[in-house]
Amino acid sequence: MIIWLAQHRAAFTLALGRLAGAPLNTLLSLLAIGIALALPAGGQMLMGNAQQLVRKSTATPRISVYLNAEADRSAASAIETKLKARSDLKSVQFLPREQTLARMKTAEGLADVIDSLPGNPFPDAFALEPKDEQPATLEALAAELRKLPKVEHVQLDSAWVRRLDALLRLGRTGLGLLALMLGVGLVAITFNTIRLQVLTQRAEIEVSRLLGATDAFVRRPFYYHGALQGLGGGLLAWLIVAGATLALRGPIGELVQLYSLEFALTPLAPAESALLLTIAAGLGWLGALLSLRQHLREL
Amino acid sequence: MIRFDHVAKRYPPGIDALAGLSFDIGDGELALIKGHSGAGKSTLLKLIAAIERPTGGAVLVNGQNVGALPRSAIPYLRRNLGLVFQDQKLLYDRSALDNVLLPLSIAGFAPKESVKRARAALDKVGLLAREKAMPIALSGGEQQRLAIARAVVNRPNLLLADEPMAHLDPDTARDVANIFLDFHRVGVTVVIATYDESQFLAAQPRRIVLDHGRLQ
Repeated sequence: MIIWLAQHRAAFTLALGRLAGAPLNTLLSLLAIGIALALPAGGQMLMGNAQQLVRKSTATPRISVYLNAEADRSAASAIETKLKARSDLKSVQFLPREQTLARMKTAEGLADVIDSLPGNPFPDAFALEPKDEQPATLEALAAELRKLPKVEHVQLDSAWVRRLDALLRLGRTGLGLLALMLGVGLVAITFNTIRLQVLTQRAEIEVSRLLGATDAFVRRPFYYHGALQGLGGGLLAWLIVAGATLALRGPIGELVQLYSLEFALTPLAPAESALLLTIAAGLGWLGALLSLRQHLREL
Repeated sequence: MIRFDHVAKRYPPGIDALAGLSFDIGDGELALIKGHSGAGKSTLLKLIAAIERPTGGAVLVNGQNVGALPRSAIPYLRRNLGLVFQDQKLLYDRSALDNVLLPLSIAGFAPKESVKRARAALDKVGLLAREKAMPIALSGGEQQRLAIARAVVNRPNLLLADEPMAHLDPDTARDVANIFLDFHRVGVTVVIATYDESQFLAAQPRRIVLDHGRLQ
């Protein structure tokens, strides 16, 4: 076990030395990997923030139930009892037509129009807050409410939620594809770096084999090289995303204030950061593995 | 220790490097493989170290048929051999000490023990004072001694050398030959492919003479 650890430490040190020994090549590779990974990582950060914003904005999706003109107060009261008995509603608020009329009269520019009308054009209504905010559940609930007696119209203000949800799903799919393509790019970069390393270290590999080195011994420094290069690129990507977050925080803050929203751009969460670094190191290792399979056989 | 049993080696497109070769080399023997250029001396050594595989017969080292060893077992065979190559195969981007440390690192020795052993091996061949020198800064004789130090640092019981004194002046060749004789004296089996046996005659070596891949 101690020997195994010592050999891993030696391979790790050797890989680190090789990376440090060619600083320009290392820097260029890290930049290429870092920028490639920063795109999906930054996208993930933005999607996370967008989801948070959507969650805040749709915290209280409402369903408006309008009664028809024939519904009197006792009918409204009966409906209210039925609604309050439902377990899938968080709150039920009765909006009498008089209250609606008074509220609309206070709205700018509407008072004169409403005064010119012969009577109260507004129906009695209910404002409902459902417990489940999933668009499909909201749709099903609205359909059930439409079947209630004396109900003229049910308005579900979830259309824009669904649009946003669809947009986010589209964004996530696009992000996944982008991450896949750039991940393949990272593997290709490492594949080529390790190919060049194998060619550079050809003499050492041959001599090591003649002196009794196993394939694992020969491969080990290259695996570390690939993984370290991936990890370095991942770290660079993290720094790019963190820098962009800091730079965008101010302008985005100003923008959301204009929409009276409370929102602050948050950087990648620790778990997301750890995942980014793990994936970067893993892809670097994979590139090394594929390259060694191809090129050590040729020696 | 070594047995060749009707060993043949044919290279494409049908060139016989060795044909029907049978002989034994005992434990602690000093054996000289002699023959003209192209007689098959290097091929014979490569078969013992499993660098090449025979196309016929069996090569036994310590009772093990090395020609039939699976690829994964070959490294462990080589760790118990000391190999000195005709072209030395030194790593020119590493110091003399680092070159000697390589087999120990491969065998999994602890770093402290490795350095101790490597310095002892360099001392044995008279290169301790030059441990930090790069191989390119060493003379031909010193490079050959460095190659020997690397070959013996694992304390093998079988030392194989391919033309170790080629291109060396007579004095240096004598120094190198004496190193091999020293190992022979302490019981190491030494097999040397050479055209010049004069340096070893005093030790009454076993002579295996090849002619076009056959025993003469």
